[in-house]
Amino acid sequence: MHYHWDWGVFFKPTGVGSEIYLNWFVSGLMMTLGVALSAWVIALILGTVLGVMRTVPGKIVSRIAGAYVDLFRNVPLLVQLFVWYYVIPDWLPDNLSNWLKQDISPVTNAFITVTVCLGLFTAARVCEQVRTGIQALPKGQTNAALALGLALPQVYRQVLLPQAFRIIIPPLTSEFLNIIKNSSVASLVALPELLAQTKQLVDFTANQFEAYTLGTLIYFVVNMLLMFFMRWVEKRLRVPGLIALGGK
Amino acid sequence: MISIKNVSKWYGDFQVLTDCSTEVQKGEVVVVCGPSGSGKSTLIKCVNGLESFQQGTITVDGISVGDPKTNLPKLRSRVGMVFQHFELFPHLTITENLALAQTKVLGRNKDAAIEKGLKLLDRVGLKAHAHKHPGQLSGGQQQRVAIARALAMDPIAMLFDEPTSALDPEMINEVLDVMVELAKEGMTMMCVTHEMGFARKVANRVIFMDRGQIIEDANKDEFFGSPRSERAQAFLSKILAH
Repeated sequence: MHYHWDWGVFFKPTGVGSEIYLNWFVSGLMMTLGVALSAWVIALILGTVLGVMRTVPGKIVSRIAGAYVDLFRNVPLLVQLFVWYYVIPDWLPDNLSNWLKQDISPVTNAFITVTVCLGLFTAARVCEQVRTGIQALPKGQTNAALALGLALPQVYRQVLLPQAFRIIIPPLTSEFLNIIKNSSVASLVALPELLAQTKQLVDFTANQFEAYTLGTLIYFVVNMLLMFFMRWVEKRLRVPGLIALGGK
Repeated sequence: MISIKNVSKWYGDFQVLTDCSTEVQKGEVVVVCGPSGSGKSTLIKCVNGLESFQQGTITVDGISVGDPKTNLPKLRSRVGMVFQHFELFPHLTITENLALAQTKVLGRNKDAAIEKGLKLLDRVGLKAHAHKHPGQLSGGQQQRVAIARALAMDPIAMLFDEPTSALDPEMINEVLDVMVELAKEGMTMMCVTHEMGFARKVANRVIFMDRGQIIEDANKDEFFGSPRSERAQAFLSKILAH
């Protein structure tokens, strides 16, 4: 194959002011991180609430959370995104629908939609991890906390969740990396994130090999950095005298 | 102080407790013994509502445990409990373990709670370990901390659920010593245990259970002297044989 590699393409001007093509990747990365981190906040909070719901005594509460998980885990992410983007806005009350479609910019609209979609999708997965983390703890921990007079919310807040989260840091890290990678579906609904910007460069310059090499490399490096960060968090939170929490 | 009347409990079709009745007076030490699966632990967990029961009544200091209107957390905060597997909170230091319920349940301020905790830790001989995490202590030490943690709530009675069963033989005595001392100070205690030496030394009464029933409920001397039921005689002859 005779391909003329041209790495200099990233430094060529786009024609808009003094902007070069590399700027697209920077703004794309920022958008990817912005949407992924916002969605992660939703996923962590909602996932924790749902995970707790799945472990409390009381079947109805647990079933509601179970139904949520079933719904969001068994429909492809891309389908969910299209539903959120193309279907749901028409079901919303008129003023909210108009606000989404007309008052805010298409990019903001896409950003909100993708954040909600990714957040709710990932919450189902976080829920299952939180549930297993809690269930991995000896039943005696709950009993001991209750026996001291703690109310059930305090038992979760003070005793169960701090231990459960330490146990599930490794799978949560996976989920964190997944949300960054999954955010690339946003390129299909006009959010100028990293993949969309990569594709745009291909459209403009036809330097597809360079473009996808750089795009791939950025995803890889960002996720590696996140992985090292999470390992550092895990080490910092390690409890002295314990190799692994849970089980007996 | 603790009154158990005609308590029965089922797991599905399986009856774990059958018509159990007994009393623990203030300042009394009652030992509950019996073979595995006889319902001892289940019965003692019914006393502070960790297990529910379908029939009968249990009252602690006049408050009905089974009544849905009872504020269970409040009642539990007044009854100390020590578990077979210690159940210290592994992510907290010893000091934090001792202070947690004092601050969150009783609303004591943090300094007062820590001070109280350290005083009790000193009493069980572990003040030097206050800064450590449970995983850094031996089983016997953890169980002594667990006793101190329960005492920090100023309980009106203490429940012990096989407190020495998970311990190496060497560590059993250090825990029993603390319990004996507690009994001598007049603490109301209900202890599920197989430590007959402990029962002989401090118990007022001994309850023997088998297959979910209280077979024998007798004064200590009577129980060790001439147990009425054959089942209790057989049990005693087995565990006292060596």
